[in-house]
Amino acid sequence: MESALLIHRLHFAFTATFHYLFPQFTMGLALLIVVLKTIALRRNDRVYDEAARFWGRIFGINFVLGVVTGIPMEFQFGTNWAVFSRFAGGVIGQTLAMEGMFAFFLESAFLGLFLYGEKRLSPRAHWFSAVAVFVGSWLSGYFIIATDAFMQRPVGYFTAADGSLQLGSFWDFVLNRWALWQYAHNMSGAAITGAFAMTAVGAFYLLSGKWTEHARIFVKVGVVAGCVFSILQIFPTGDRQGKLVADHQPVTLAAMEGLFHGQNAAPLLILGQPNELEGKIENPIEVPGMLSMLTYQRWNANVQGLDAFPKENWPGNIPLLYYSYHIMVGLGTFFVAVMAVALLLLRRGRIFSARWMLWVLMLSAPFPYIANTAGWMTAELGRQPWLVYGLMRTEDGYSKVVSAGNGMFTLLGFMGMYTVLGILFLFLVRREIEHGPGAGGSAAESHPTAEAQ
Amino acid sequence: MASLWFWIVAVMITAYVVLDGFDLGAGVIYLLVAKTNDERRRVLRAIGPVWDGNEVWLLAAGGTLYFAFPLLYASSFSGFYLPLMIVLWLLMLRAVGIEFRVHLDNPIWTEFFDVVFAVSSILLCVFLGAALGNVVRGVPLDATGYFFEPLWTNFRLGPQTGILDWYTILAGVVALVTLTAHGSYYVALKTDEDLGRRARGLALLLWPLQLFLTCVALVTTCFIRPEVMANYHAHRIGILVPIIVFASLAMMLWATPKGKEKAAFAASSLYIVGMLVGAAFALYPVVLPSRDRQHDLTIWNTSAALHGLRVGLVWWMLSAVLAVAYFVFIYRMFRGKVQLGEGHY
Repeated sequence: MESALLIHRLHFAFTATFHYLFPQFTMGLALLIVVLKTIALRRNDRVYDEAARFWGRIFGINFVLGVVTGIPMEFQFGTNWAVFSRFAGGVIGQTLAMEGMFAFFLESAFLGLFLYGEKRLSPRAHWFSAVAVFVGSWLSGYFIIATDAFMQRPVGYFTAADGSLQLGSFWDFVLNRWALWQYAHNMSGAAITGAFAMTAVGAFYLLSGKWTEHARIFVKVGVVAGCVFSILQIFPTGDRQGKLVADHQPVTLAAMEGLFHGQNAAPLLILGQPNELEGKIENPIEVPGMLSMLTYQRWNANVQGLDAFPKENWPGNIPLLYYSYHIMVGLGTFFVAVMAVALLLLRRGRIFSARWMLWVLMLSAPFPYIANTAGWMTAELGRQPWLVYGLMRTEDGYSKVVSAGNGMFTLLGFMGMYTVLGILFLFLVRREIEHGPGAGGSAAESHPTAEAQ
Repeated sequence: MASLWFWIVAVMITAYVVLDGFDLGAGVIYLLVAKTNDERRRVLRAIGPVWDGNEVWLLAAGGTLYFAFPLLYASSFSGFYLPLMIVLWLLMLRAVGIEFRVHLDNPIWTEFFDVVFAVSSILLCVFLGAALGNVVRGVPLDATGYFFEPLWTNFRLGPQTGILDWYTILAGVVALVTLTAHGSYYVALKTDEDLGRRARGLALLLWPLQLFLTCVALVTTCFIRPEVMANYHAHRIGILVPIIVFASLAMMLWATPKGKEKAAFAASSLYIVGMLVGAAFALYPVVLPSRDRQHDLTIWNTSAALHGLRVGLVWWMLSAVLAVAYFVFIYRMFRGKVQLGEGHY
């Protein structure tokens, strides 16, 4: 691979992967904070209010990192992918601009109110500011997904005389079927991250015998939300997303599943290592006929393998794509199992004393991050070798004027910067968790800009 | 339609500089006027609830530029690759400096975040000014509509310019002084006692420098790029620009000693509006001039297709009304002098 191309791809992949660690949590948590605030408002319950405030502080730290790592994403379309931006900007510029205009203004305005304005606002107005932050962050997610969906399945465009893509039909573009299902799948994934994190902190407090009143709320809300969204993640959202891939990117489906040769009654591969050179899977464990069933609802349906497509249209990195997909699916299945057992224990009132379950819940917190990352890797590696599916290849889209040396310089700069930010982040979140959700404000007395005494 | 979007983007960039300008400026003077921890916290509280929203104008302007003028976005963002990346890092450091400062109650780290916040604010002012300087001066565009500038070459205005040469450094200094004064007026408006007095004193001290640099910048700009005068010759209305610029300077000098803080801050905002609208007026319809004057990027050869621009106008107006409403609401909410001891959570 040409070195400039490789560096620009790594540049985007690295910054996007690091960035998305934060929004997946804030989007999920925003929903759960609204739940906590709503219960607090209805029952006039102090503990729920304190719980919401505690998560608000952790939300604030995550939000700052989400914002500062998100700005480079918007810039990189132009800096590192200029040819692509010129080609597709007439269409995807719409959603990217809308994200700034509709979502960012809403979020930034009401987050300030939510974090610093509680004393100045009525309880209802404070609740409303939490809802506005939630709406802003979920709106932001939609515009990004709609942009990505255009790259996965371009619709609503026409090709202008100069070869660039221009907006043909706004509604076709914005309501791309791919975007709707991917959005549902993605947001449910974000809610899983938030739910697992909330449950894990609750489990940690219960295990260490601290803040048990708040911890019960965290576990209760976390487990119920975790169970609902873990199921939604697989059915219907994951299932429908898979069918879209089968319809619009059959070669991607074959690579994800490790299906080198097309066949009737294609098996679903659970485990095994792809051997690209010999075109086979080593050490396979598979369920016969299951892939045909899941894709076409018939046990003996024919599923196209990689051999049905010209090699230059295969996704570039088949093993990584295959593993990303299988890690995502494997963890998704694990989430349902864990949360189903936890919900059962919760309903019987035994979860708060079931230490083994609390241990499992606490240690599971990192897995949704891995699953969400693996999911995005599946989507974006699966799109290769296309930048805009079927219209522009990735190798044609990067900024030709930015040399590999300049790209490497800023990639290393981002790596250094993000390492420091990551360490700082873990440190600050750990302090908040240590400090706990009690009435005494945040770990460091609260916020620089609003703190008082 | 493309002209309309040119002015929309210009207004958004102006809004960004006026709004984020005062919190950048507050960062520049932060170590200078706020001596004690209490005073520093008051400065941070004065900008705390609004700085992030102010910065969104930059993102929204960037997004709107991308949508309305895809080629301009592609060409300028890749051509200004290095300075933009540095701006990104500075924005990150600055946000971390503001937001995480009090999460660490160790005085050593508080001091560290203070310096991070101040230094990144200073450098951002210079880079934003230099960026504007590059756009006014022109860049080495080729026939494909692309260019690439290293950070510097020989600091002269030859055919192969760098991001930094004597002219763009001058623009950076003008921006730094302007935004420092702007931030001082804001801090004077939002705080009282010693802190407010020091900020007002600093603004007065900067005033002669600001006047001098304004004249130098206007004269050198006409000298290095005579084309900027064309629109002013063609349209009489252009005379408003220097009138606004100098009238607002006069108003700053008049209002500050009298303690009319709102009027002084408004004058400073008006000054920024005058300078930026003046630059946009001089450039129009060019959006990125080329050094050789043959390959200028204009609103005509960079804009998106008509249908997209029309559709965009509908949602843009809706969202702009909402955004302005949020801003009015938030600024009213946090109006008045910053008080410590009011409590939070």
